[in-house]
This record gives sequence, C-alpha cells and structure tokens, in this order.
Amino acid sequence: MKKYNLVSRLELTNITKQYPGCLANDNVSLTLMPGEIHALLGENGAGKSTLVKTIYGVVAPDKGDIIWNGKEVSIKSPSVARDLGIGMVFQHFSLFETLTVSQNIELCLSKAQLNEIGDLGERITKLSEEYGLNVKPSRYVHSLSIGERQRVEIMRCLVQSVKLLILDEPTSVLTPQEVSGLFDVLRTLSNEGCSILFISHKLHEVTEICHKATILRGGKVVDTCIPQDETPASIAKMMVGDLAEQDAGYAKKEGTVSIFNIEDLSLPAKQPFGTALKNLSFELKSGEILGIAGVAGNGQDELMAIISGEDERTVNNSISLDGADISHLHAGERRKLGMAYVPEERLGRGAVPDMSLTENTLLTHSEGFIKNGLVDWPSIKDYTSKLIAKYKVKCHGEFSEAKSLSGGNLQKFIMGREIGQNPKVLICAHPTWGVDVGAALAIHQALLELRDKGAAILLISEDIDELFLLADRMAAVCDGYLSPVVKTENTNIDQIGQWMAGTFIGNASVSNKQETTA
Amino acid sequence: MDSDLIVQILFAAVKTGTPLLFIALGEVICEKSGILNLGQEGMMLMGAVVGFLAAYGTGSAGLGVLAAMIMGCIMSLIFAVLVLHLGANQVATGLALTIFGTGLSAFIGSGVVGQTIQGFQPIAIPLLSDIPFIGRILFSHDILVYTSFAMTFILMFVVYKTRIGLTLTAVGENPHAANAIGIKVLRVRYLAVMFGGVMAGISGAYMSLVYTPMWVENMTAGRGWIALALVVFASWRIGRIMLGAYLFGVASIMHLVLQGLGWSISPNLLAMLPYVATVIVMVIISADKFKEKLLAPRSLGKTFDPRQMA
Repeated sequence: MKKYNLVSRLELTNITKQYPGCLANDNVSLTLMPGEIHALLGENGAGKSTLVKTIYGVVAPDKGDIIWNGKEVSIKSPSVARDLGIGMVFQHFSLFETLTVSQNIELCLSKAQLNEIGDLGERITKLSEEYGLNVKPSRYVHSLSIGERQRVEIMRCLVQSVKLLILDEPTSVLTPQEVSGLFDVLRTLSNEGCSILFISHKLHEVTEICHKATILRGGKVVDTCIPQDETPASIAKMMVGDLAEQDAGYAKKEGTVSIFNIEDLSLPAKQPFGTALKNLSFELKSGEILGIAGVAGNGQDELMAIISGEDERTVNNSISLDGADISHLHAGERRKLGMAYVPEERLGRGAVPDMSLTENTLLTHSEGFIKNGLVDWPSIKDYTSKLIAKYKVKCHGEFSEAKSLSGGNLQKFIMGREIGQNPKVLICAHPTWGVDVGAALAIHQALLELRDKGAAILLISEDIDELFLLADRMAAVCDGYLSPVVKTENTNIDQIGQWMAGTFIGNASVSNKQETTA
Repeated sequence: MDSDLIVQILFAAVKTGTPLLFIALGEVICEKSGILNLGQEGMMLMGAVVGFLAAYGTGSAGLGVLAAMIMGCIMSLIFAVLVLHLGANQVATGLALTIFGTGLSAFIGSGVVGQTIQGFQPIAIPLLSDIPFIGRILFSHDILVYTSFAMTFILMFVVYKTRIGLTLTAVGENPHAANAIGIKVLRVRYLAVMFGGVMAGISGAYMSLVYTPMWVENMTAGRGWIALALVVFASWRIGRIMLGAYLFGVASIMHLVLQGLGWSISPNLLAMLPYVATVIVMVIISADKFKEKLLAPRSLGKTFDPRQMA
C-alpha cells in the first residue's frame, strides 16, 4: 500500500443507527486511508450492510460524523455520495437488463460529467483496456454473464473517477478464475490511490488482498487487524467470538444404492434469459452428498425446477426415484414420495413472506399435523418452536412473519424444516448463502447427519469451498451442460473451476455413465 | 371497390383511430415507467364531458380541449397519489377510477345531453393535401389529428433518443436500481402518470368535440380498454401504437362500410368487430409468453416504495 498523505480518505466516528427492535450500528468508527483495501467482516446481522449504506447515502445515521478527505460531510443520497467520488457495487446488481452497457453507465452520469467525457463509448473501451475489464459498450446487459455484469458495475464507478469503491460480497457469484481477475483490478485501483471497502464472508480472500480489516459483531466494532498477519481461522474466531470450528474436514462417504436418477434430460429454456438444459444424466446414491458447482445462471435454477416438479413440463423417463419414473408427478406428489427441497430463493419459493413461521412449517409438513381435516395448531406450533431452538433461528417467536427474518436466519429455518421431514432425497440450493460462520456450521452438521442416516443429498452451490467441504462426489454445470461426476478426493479446485468455465463442453464424450464405473 | 371508397375508408380510419392513438400514447408512457393505469376509460370520459361543457359554455373548442387536459390530469393525480404515495394496488385503483369517472361524467353531463356545439373544422394543409390519395387520407383533417401525428413523432424522439427516455425506461425496468443510482423514481412515475392523464383528456375531448360533437353518457364506448390492449399489441413501441390505432380504426368503421356495400349482417354483430379484434390480438400476443416478457417493462404493476429500501 502506498501512503499518499496523512489525510484519511474516509473517517467514520461513532456512527449509530437504531432500527425498530435492533441496534444495527452502535458507535462504529472506522478510518480508511487512500489506496487502502479495507475488509469489513462480521456475521449476518452484524451491521455491515447498514454501515456501507450509510456511507453511500442510502441510510441516514441517527448519530455520528462522516469525514471525507478531511472535511465533515453529510451524505443525504446516493447522488451526493457519487459526487464526492464514492462508488458502490451492490450484491444484487443494480443494472438495467434491457439497456446496453453504455446506456447503463450514461444513466449514472450528470450532464456536466457527460460533456467532460465526450464520447462515452470510447471512454468505456479505453478504461476497459486499461484495467483489463473486457466490457463492450454496445452489448445488452441481459446478454452478459454475472461476472461481466459485475465488471460493468465497476466500470460505472471508474467512469466517474471514483475515490472510494465499496464492494458488497463481490466474489460470491464468480468462478475462481474470475475472482483472481477481479483482484487484479482491485490491486491496480489501490495502487492508483483508490480506497476500497470490501465486504466478504470468504476469509481466505480477505487475507489475500486486504490491507486492513474491521470486524463487527452485534453492530459494534469488536476488533481490527492486519489480515496478512492472521489466518482465516483466527479471523473467524474474532467474528464469531466464541470458538466455532472451521474447516473440520468432514469424512467423505461412499453412497450405497442408487436411489435418484436423471437420465438424458434436455429441456428448452422457459424464461427469456433462462438456460436450456442439455443431455443431463447423473445418479444420486443413498448416503452421499453430490455437489454441483457452477456460476449462477448456468442452468442450476432450471435443473432445480424440473427436479422439484415446479416446472411442470414432462420429459418421460428422465427422472426416477427408487427405479420408478416420477417425471410426470407434480411437486406435491414428489414430496409425498420422500423428496424435499431447499430452493435458492428463500422468500417466495422457500417460504411465504407474509405468513408466520408456524404456517410456513405447515406448508411442507401437512402430514401428521392435520387430523380429520383440521389443522392441529398446538402441535405444529410446538414443532416450530423446537425447530427455532434447534437451529438457533433469531426471530421474535414462532409467529414471526417469514419476511421479518434476516436472510441467514430464514435459511436456517427452511433447512431445518426440510431436514426435519427425514427425506429420502434432499435437493438443496446454496444452503449457506449469506449465512454467517456459526450458522453455516450448524447447517453443515445437519446435512452430514442426514447423509449418515442414509439420505441422498444433491447440493447445488456457487460456494466451491463449501462443496469441497461437504460433497462426496462433485460435478459442475456450465451453459446447461453437466460435467463428468468425480469423487471429491480425485479432483481439485482448478479442475472444477475450469469445468465451471465450460472446458468439458465439446468433449464429445460428456457422459457420466463412464464415470460410475471409474 | 373503387379507389374513392378506399380513400374514404382510410380517411375515416385515421379519424376513428385518433382518440385511440392519443390515449394509447399516454398509457404507453405511463406503462414504460412501470405503472399500469386501468383508469383510462374513466379519465377519457371525464375529459370528454368537461371538454364538452367548457366548449359549450365558452363557445371555444380550443378552451374545451384545454379543460379536458386539465381534467384528465386531475383524474390521473388522484390515481398517482393513491398508487405512488399511498402504495395502493394499481389494478384495483385503476378500476375504481374508471367506475368513478363513468359515474361522475354521466352525472355532471346530464344537463347537456343532446346539445350540439361547433367543433373543430378540418384544415386542409396546403400542398400536402394535394398529394393524390395520401393528401386526402392524412392531410385534410382537423388540428387535433395533426397534433396526434406530431405527438407520435415527438414521443418517438424523446423515448428512444434522449436521456429523459432512458431514465423512463430505467425506472420501469428496475425501480430499485434506478433509485440506487439517484433517479427520483416516484417523481418520474408521477410525471408519467400525469402525462397519461393529459393524453386521456385530449382523447376524450376528441370524442366529444370532433368525432361526434355532442355529449352522450358513456360515449367513449370502451376505447379506454381498447387502448390498453393496443399498448400490449404494439409491444410498448410507439411507432407500432400509431399503426395499431389505425388498424383498430379500420375495424371500427367496417360495419358502416359493409352495410354500405349491402351486406345483410346485423349491424350489432358488425359493431362488435373492434372488440373481437382486440380479443384476438390479445390472444395472439399472449400466446408468445417469451416475447411478451422480453418487451414489457419489468416492474409493470408492481408497487415501489423507496422508504422500504433500507
């Protein structure tokens, strides 16, 4: 890190923000020097998002000062933040899909800025070459991959000569290769004096590129450190407080009998921006976890929908359970046969936002809680409160609305609800996405326990570390194709990363039948 | 059919299509901002009755149009406050606005039913109106028809070529993202809804001042609804709205033409043509879900409240 001068880029003092029922930020102070890459760490609900939203002018703090380049400022809106030179790349991208890259960037610029720039397309091309972003101004955003979209967002900040770039979990959607590309860009920016505030759950990334880290817990700053001097485990310890065991290296198991089979499944895309599934075949055995890696939008959602029965199109004999074809059965009938699902979208698919947790439990557990056609409320309420306690779901009680829970807590609840059905086959997408270290551990253990009881688990995730941790066998999807399936101990992150990028496609013999004999 | 008859049919189609063009242009701008206003019929009727009353009282058709524009704007403001400010459901509020406008227009217009006024007179544009066929079809109309031509081209330019159009599209596509980059989403939507109201007002005035210069209860006869279908038919593209409006114009006058040619079909059946055409077009368009999703503004009909962002 180069030191340009002694004036800090950004200084926060005693930022406090109270939400109803929750103190999101409690006297948070933080200093950021020019060119510094600063990590903001903490579990879910620790107050990271609130803090960056305060800096970007989306949230108004109740108390506290913001000092920008030595001067006190009041950031009332994102446009004020941008005028100061603060740019933010959101976790859920804020791009307009039906517009071009160039139009998307133009929308963020004032007339004066546009005049100054002159030819915007030229400027984008030039910056794109300078930073290796590889962004073409005339492309429509809906035709871009997730990684490319992220680069468009970064470009949007660069065009405005940003002095502080805030990135909210930027790597959660990227392939390992894309991550290293992003880090190169960030390092270049840092060398030019741009400060970077980096939120991440992935600790090895933090130790790799961040100069400093601030750790939040319960809205308070609990620690700061120089990540290079620490290990992921020691940082995790600071985040969680009490010791959570990281990376236990769970024992791998071999499945027993084949229970769930996908046979030569091809399916055209249903949505305009969807992915068609192409000749997918794999088998899932009892007592194993099969992990499917892949960058978001490569067919995972479509695969999930056709397996769960949510996509009602039937491809005869493509899906079978216990040897019987179930491809014509609808979602409810498949559940009755012992399948359970944890979809990616928690609110809306995994749970009904406006219904209480108790009612949401009833949705997938109707058997046993309905007697003579009547709902047995006391026992379902009882069951729900046990779920809440077992998975340490933070909420006001079993009658909290699903939408009032934070993403991680709702995820714990949904995982618990589905595991609690003792399914024969559990299909599970991104089980710990956005979930903090402690909760992730609880979910991992629940999944392993379920596997050891003999259930077959299909794990679809973008978190490649997690797949290596949990899965007994692995594969990757790219553009609707499935790579060969291999035992986890026989592969490595490089190979899976390349498969995620599609290197296996075109190898005419992408057939998983050969693998089963291997 | 001789060429004279064809010219007459097409001339009448432009005339009949003009109120549809006005109201559909207003609605497409409104929908591009992500707001579905089903109150078109109500706003149009209020525009028609107020326009007629003002023209009847002052003797000036121009003042009539102005009054109708203001009335349309007021109606759309009621909708905008309920939907944008108070977060009411767009479909329910729009339907309520139509029912409200239908009733209120009948009430305040009851005293002038059957009265007639001097509407706008046709102005043949020198030179242009001398072009064979085209001149008589397009350039021998009244001032409002020419206004609708101009409006179409102005809107095409504004929506597709300017920053204003880009902002409008962005808001309709993803209001959350638009808010995050500092666009005032509600302000854009207020303006778009009000523009829709003004256009519905003019459209109503065209009915009561030009098309049939008189006021009759419920005289718009579902044109507000046809306009909503027209926007989907045109897949939210302005040039196609003009084309669609005139096609519906042809469908609307077909029953007169066919009767003129001596067909012995019940005129009541033939008068259904534009509505049947609407249903058929909607079925065809909706059959291709893929395309519809690609073209429709993404946030159409969804409530957006910037206060719930954090």
